[in-house]
Amino acid sequence: MNPLRPIGAAFLGFLAATGQLSMFTSTAIWHCVRPPFFFRLLARQMIDIGYYSLPVVGMTTLFAGMALALQTYSGFSRLSAEAESAIAKVVLLGITRELGPVLAGLMVAGRIGAAMAAELGTMRVTEQIDALTTLSTNPYKYLVVPRIIAGLTMLPVLVFVGDIVGVFGGYIVSVYKLGFNPGLYIKASWDILQAIDVISGLVKASAFGFIVTLMGCYHGYHSKGGAQGVGAATTNAVVSASILILITNYIITELFFST
Amino acid sequence: MTDSKTTSRTAPMIRLDNLHKTFGSKTVLNGMNLDIPQGSSLVIIGGSGSGKSVTLKCILGLLAPDEGDIFINGESTLAVFAATRERTNRNIGMLFQGAALFDSLTVWENISFGLMQGEGMNRDDARDIALEKLVAVGMERKDADRWPSELSGGMQKRVGLARAIASNPAIMFFDEPTTGLDPVMGDVINDLIVNCVRELGATALTITHDMASARKISDRIAMLYQGKIIWTGETQDIDHCDNAHVDQFIHGKIDGPIKMNLRVA
Repeated sequence: MNPLRPIGAAFLGFLAATGQLSMFTSTAIWHCVRPPFFFRLLARQMIDIGYYSLPVVGMTTLFAGMALALQTYSGFSRLSAEAESAIAKVVLLGITRELGPVLAGLMVAGRIGAAMAAELGTMRVTEQIDALTTLSTNPYKYLVVPRIIAGLTMLPVLVFVGDIVGVFGGYIVSVYKLGFNPGLYIKASWDILQAIDVISGLVKASAFGFIVTLMGCYHGYHSKGGAQGVGAATTNAVVSASILILITNYIITELFFST
Repeated sequence: MTDSKTTSRTAPMIRLDNLHKTFGSKTVLNGMNLDIPQGSSLVIIGGSGSGKSVTLKCILGLLAPDEGDIFINGESTLAVFAATRERTNRNIGMLFQGAALFDSLTVWENISFGLMQGEGMNRDDARDIALEKLVAVGMERKDADRWPSELSGGMQKRVGLARAIASNPAIMFFDEPTTGLDPVMGDVINDLIVNCVRELGATALTITHDMASARKISDRIAMLYQGKIIWTGETQDIDHCDNAHVDQFIHGKIDGPIKMNLRVA
């Protein structure tokens, strides 16, 4: 057998998948801006993504902030006498610019992206999506649009809360474990904070929300082959969303902070 | 893109014109032609993998044929705007093989889904119609607030039937309506289908390989083999037809022109 054949087949498969994803994305965006809208479903998705993900995101960013403070102290105390203000700055910038949005995005990918892929995948293999079409209801509008809009809007909210909790985690470790002055810690944090730090994190969050929901919907919508297909769709949704989050994170960081 | 193409005034309710559909190297439909007159109940029989479900999905707009055309009520349903397709679908009721009830909705919400989402009916009126249809398929009003997962297979099929008739459609499709049911429940579903189609005066198309069901619910039967209709006729004539493929299929014989790709150990 020609050894180039599997490479060519894989490349053609990649192109086909890219084309299918591009079509899915453009169709979904098109339906996002055209009525009718299913507001009840949108509200349900917003609650599911925004409210029920709060504990997961809160816990993740809290402990990330705590670990960051501790790690920064152990490293910076060797280099600088002003570890107190350095830790506050590192925790604040680290959480708002990077850790908050990335950790929230990855957590939501695991929690929401997987659930969306499983739900839509099950609907696909049990012909529920076909049933929607026969009942004169566009599956994109009914299933995909509410999820994408909810992801776009609720992940920034989650990240904003996660930023506060993460910075608070750093404060707890710095003040109660390392014995820093609380007033100085807060002042150092406040002095370094700029609007762009938070805004860049929220822009990332919105992009990650779009990626997570799009991947969840795409893989679920196109799943096939019964339970095994639904399982594969769930895995693919989480893996592809996680990779795209990390790639997009770099691109947005480059756009905001490259000088 | 054209909004619609119109055939002659004497066109049947559903016309399949030279349909071709291929998946990779596998040809499923190979020039299929079929007319279904208004008010008739036609059953397409055929073995597994013969293209029955693909035919149905093409008519419903869930799959696009590679070649050929599909006319419903004289108008082409291919290459039309989405709004036109949705308007066509409002006249169609479909009972899926596995009922395809929405897990996240109660029984009455499933039945009235098309009325509320497709036609914009308010919830109170839609619930009244759902209860009426629920009774029509032999279930009780108290079942209306149950979830699909709480129902048996036969009850799910009946709810699926209630959903299919909720908007009083002019055309009804049934995909393997008795598959997975015991013979008694299968017969109950057959009776319900006959009654519903008769009361609505609908044109019905069923795909099945259950001959008992086919004989009971059809006026006419067509046999699909290798992507083409190889025989069509009145239901009562099927036992006397001289087509060897049909004879082998309806009697379930191993020997005959239909060859199964079986590997004997």
